[in-house]
Formats: sequence, C-alpha cells, structure tokens
Amino acid sequence: MNRTMKTSTALLIALAVVGVLAPMTGLYPQFLMKCVALALFAVAFNFFTGNVGLLSIGHAAFFGMGAYAAGYATKEWGFTPELALAASLVVGIALGLVMGGMAIRRQGIYFAMITLALAQMVYFVCVQAPFTGAEDGLQRIPRHSLFGVIDLSSDLMMYAFVLAIMIASVWGFQRIMESPFGQVLLAIRDNEPRAISLGYDVQKYKLSAFTISAAVAGLAGGVKALTLGFAGLPDAHWTQSGNVILMCLLGGLGTPLGPVIGAILVVALESRLSGLGVVQIGPVTLDLSSKVPIIIGLIFMTCVLLFRRGIVGEISAAFASAKARRKSVADDEKKSVAS
Amino acid sequence: MFDIPLQVLLGQITIGLVNGCFYAILSLGLALIFGLLNVINFAHGALYMLGAFGVYLAMQKLGVNYWWSLLLVPVVVGAFGALVERLLLRRLIGLDHLYGLLFTFGLALVLEGIFRDIYGSAGLPYPTPPALRGLVDLGFMRMPIYRVWIVGASLVVCFATWFLIERTRLGSYLRAGTENAKMVQALGINVPLMVTFVYALGAALAAFAGVLAAPIYQVQPLMGSNILIVTFAVVVIGGLGSTAGAIATGLALGVIEGLSKVFYPEVSSTIVFIVMALVLLVRPAGLFGREA
Repeated sequence: MNRTMKTSTALLIALAVVGVLAPMTGLYPQFLMKCVALALFAVAFNFFTGNVGLLSIGHAAFFGMGAYAAGYATKEWGFTPELALAASLVVGIALGLVMGGMAIRRQGIYFAMITLALAQMVYFVCVQAPFTGAEDGLQRIPRHSLFGVIDLSSDLMMYAFVLAIMIASVWGFQRIMESPFGQVLLAIRDNEPRAISLGYDVQKYKLSAFTISAAVAGLAGGVKALTLGFAGLPDAHWTQSGNVILMCLLGGLGTPLGPVIGAILVVALESRLSGLGVVQIGPVTLDLSSKVPIIIGLIFMTCVLLFRRGIVGEISAAFASAKARRKSVADDEKKSVAS
Repeated sequence: MFDIPLQVLLGQITIGLVNGCFYAILSLGLALIFGLLNVINFAHGALYMLGAFGVYLAMQKLGVNYWWSLLLVPVVVGAFGALVERLLLRRLIGLDHLYGLLFTFGLALVLEGIFRDIYGSAGLPYPTPPALRGLVDLGFMRMPIYRVWIVGASLVVCFATWFLIERTRLGSYLRAGTENAKMVQALGINVPLMVTFVYALGAALAAFAGVLAAPIYQVQPLMGSNILIVTFAVVVIGGLGSTAGAIATGLALGVIEGLSKVFYPEVSSTIVFIVMALVLLVRPAGLFGREA
C-alpha cells in the first residue's frame, strides 16, 4: 500500500465517520440528505472537470434528468429505490454519451459553451415533455422499500442508504484515479499532445470520463429526488450547473474531498440565508432570502480572484510549503554542522 | 406548408431577423473580447440586461428619452465594463481562460441578482418611442416600423464594428494583438489600454442591443442569460475567428428560429441548439472556425 492510497483510505474513513456522526449533532436529516445528494453531484462533476481539465457547464442536465428518471419510475411504475437509482444511472450514461460525444470534438472554451447549450436544450425539452410535470415538477415521490424489504420511510434509514451510496461513489472514483485509466486521464490533462503521441486514443478516454461523470451526476439527481420527494425544472436549469461548479471551486477543484466540503458549505449557506429571512443590521433592513444569487455570485468572484485552489487546495498547499520550509531549515542545519 | 398565410410567414421572418440582429451584436462583442482577452464573457447577457434596464431607468427616474438613452446607455455600460476590466478582470491575465469564464459567471449572477432583488422577475414594459410607432408598408407586407428600425440600426452598428476591426489602423492593432499581444506591445503599442477599450466596446455593444430590445421585449432581469446561451450556440456554430462570419451566423440563425415558429413551433426554443449539434457533427470547427 503506497502513501497516496493510505491517504485516500484515511480520507474515506474520515468521511464515513463524519457522515455517521452528523445526525447525532441535531442537524435535520432533510438537510443532511440534501448535502449528500449535492456532494455526490459535486464529486461526479469534479471527477471530470478536475481530472480532465475541461469545464462542463452542462451537468445540470444529468442531475435534472436523473431526478426525473428516478421520480417518474418510482411514482408511475412503482420501482423500488435501487431500481429507480439504476434508472437515473442509465439516463445519465445515455445523455452523457450523446452530449459528451458532441462536446468532446471541441477544446477549451468551446467545450464549455457546447455543454451549456446542449444542457439548455435538455432543459427546454423538460419544460415541454409530458413526463416532467412542467412547472409543477414531480411532487410527493414515494419512498418504496429498498429491495422490497428494507423500509426507508424513516429519514434516518434513508440518510444511511444515500450516505452509503455517496461513500461508495467516492471510493469508486478514488479507485478509478489509482487505476491505469485514471493515470492516463491525468496524463491527457497535463500534456495532451504527448498522450496522443504515446498512442492513447485521447477522445475515447475523455468521453469515457465524461460518461462516468454524467452517470454519477444522474445518480445524484435520483438520490435528490428520492430523498426530498421532488424533481423539478430547477434541477435541470443552468444555475444548477453553476452551483456545482461553485461547490468544487470553493472546496478545491481536483482534490478528493474538496467537492464534498464545498457542497456542504453551499447547501448550508443557502438554507441558512433563506432561513434567516429579513434581518435588521443597524438602520438597514435586509431580506437575505432573496439575496442568495448575489451572495453566490460574490463568492464565485472572490474564489476566482483570491483563492483559486479552494479551501482544501489552499490548506494542502500551506502544509506543503510549511513542510518544504522545515526541510530547507533542516538542510541548512545539516550544512552548518558539516562545516 | 401552403396553408400558412404569407403575412404570418413574413412576420415570423422579420421577428427572426430582429432576434438575429441581437445574436449578431452579442456574438460580435463576445468574439472581440475573446480575441484580445482570451475570456469568454459570461457577463455579456447581464450587460445586455443592463442596457435594457438603463433605458428603462433613464426614462423612469431621469426623464431621458429613448434617443438620448440610445447614445448614453451604451457609453455608461461601456464605462462600467472598462472599470470591471481595469479593477478585476485584469488580475486574471495569464491564467487558464476558464477562470475568466468563472469570474464573469459570478459577475453575471451578482448583476442579475441585484436587479431581480429590486425589480422582481416580472417584465417591465417600455413604450416604443413615438417616432417609431405604427406600420410601414413594404409593398408586399406591412411591418411595424420599430422592427425595421432595429434591423437597420443593428446592421449599421455591425457594419461600423466590422469596419473598425477590419479597415482601420486601430483595428489592425487589435487584430495583431489577437495574434500576438506580446509582440504588439514590444512594438510600442499600449496593449493594456487596448484591452480595456475592447472590453468596454463589447459591453457597449451588448448594452446597445439591450436598449434596442427594451420596447419589444419586456425589461426583465433574466433576459440576458436566456439570450446569452443561444448566443453561445451561435458562436459555436460560427466560430470566433471571423467578424463577418459572426454577423452572418447570428442573422441566419435568427431567421431559422423565426421559420421554425411557423412550421414546427414545438422546436422553436431548441432549434438553434439542434443546428449547433448538426454543425458539430459535420464541421467540428464551426462554419468559419480556425480552431480544430
């Protein structure tokens, strides 16, 4: 077991411990489940954008369609949760293959615009299609029993179920990145021409990574629909793509746990602000609940201007530089002893 | 297909042309800014929205009429753009272009959020200026004068911008800066000033489109992000490389969108994206693109 594998196992255990302890702190299970769903979404987004280096502004399409798939399958066909989530996953894969297949043809900035445009197209389809319930969305999605036997009607059971899914996904992504496939992805990100000249079919690798990411983003949408009992247009709107970018940027794009932390922060911020409502600061009366987009936008700008590596990224960079300093001091001492 | 009255068909084509003009002006600004700053300006839609709110507020609060607004609002929004570039965007030079996109994304959220907070999401009406009310008889059809005015004014502005870029000395500096900014700077041209100018020009163009749009569309905080995403598709189709190409693509897609409203209304909101997908399959680099 090498060092990076040890770190990633430790991170996984830490995540599990925090996840299990969280309900005991008195936080609402509803809030926690939303955190888990969006953290899963952010982890999926991060897998592609963080490791391949192409910015997707279209992930809301996967999240939204995943939510619709799980919601519709549960409500209309009576699917059990595991089957409903499988449906989300399948929808994510199909949509990811189609959107990725087109977007991968272009680089950089074009890739971002194409994913956004295609996702907007999906959004308009959702507005018109019969299965989405248009403006009302799919409401009161029931929670059937897991595998037909385990009752998930209590929020705590449901939370345990989705937490397990998220931790399994994080573990899965870690395994992928440790595998030869993941290493090739990093090679492509760092130097694409070299990867091509080494004989790798770069497009195929990118498309695979995009599809995996889309699948898990769809799964996250399904988790959201089943836990909160609602799937609607806001899930598929481009602002949701913006949200997931912010979560990763805030937590640390490309870091293993940054997206999770970012997601929790953003969800907490949103629910906190809308919970506060109207506040009085000195002579100014502020209705904070309507200022969420402004504050999200300001955090975006601050992140980009001041700490682009995100919370996790900045902390690990600080550790690394402290270590380097210690090492250089130690080297100096050695030198002075020698002389 | 023959049971559609000619009037309806022509009417939708002119509405399409009007939208096409907005796409053309916006994608022109996007292309200009991308060329020199290497930033996809996600705030472009918000600047367009600022233009529309600018003309609305100038009338409501200051009693400024449409014609003065048409001149002043782009100048004010352009100055705002110059400020944003000088104070904030400039710090991102040399970084991955994704950061520019993300920064302007945040800026767009803030601007739209502020206006939504104050004015709500409902549209605010702006009256058509008296001189441009009524219909004009084109012989084969009667068309609202204001639509003719939008198409005419937009084409003039597009042509002027094209002329500025392709036929003047300043334009040659701009094009050279797009190719190799360091080299241009070494030849003694003030590139940072030029960058500020270009961002301001792009912002002013977007605001100009917003002013034109105010009387036909309602003034609404989210009007910019909706049109911006379509404009992105237009840019993907046309490619960012060519000024004339951006104008032609914008107009053509507007007309296609208008036609789809006549023949198959269900796809009218997605037709531009469908065209984009088709173009990507056939010509991945876009119609006028240079990038592979």
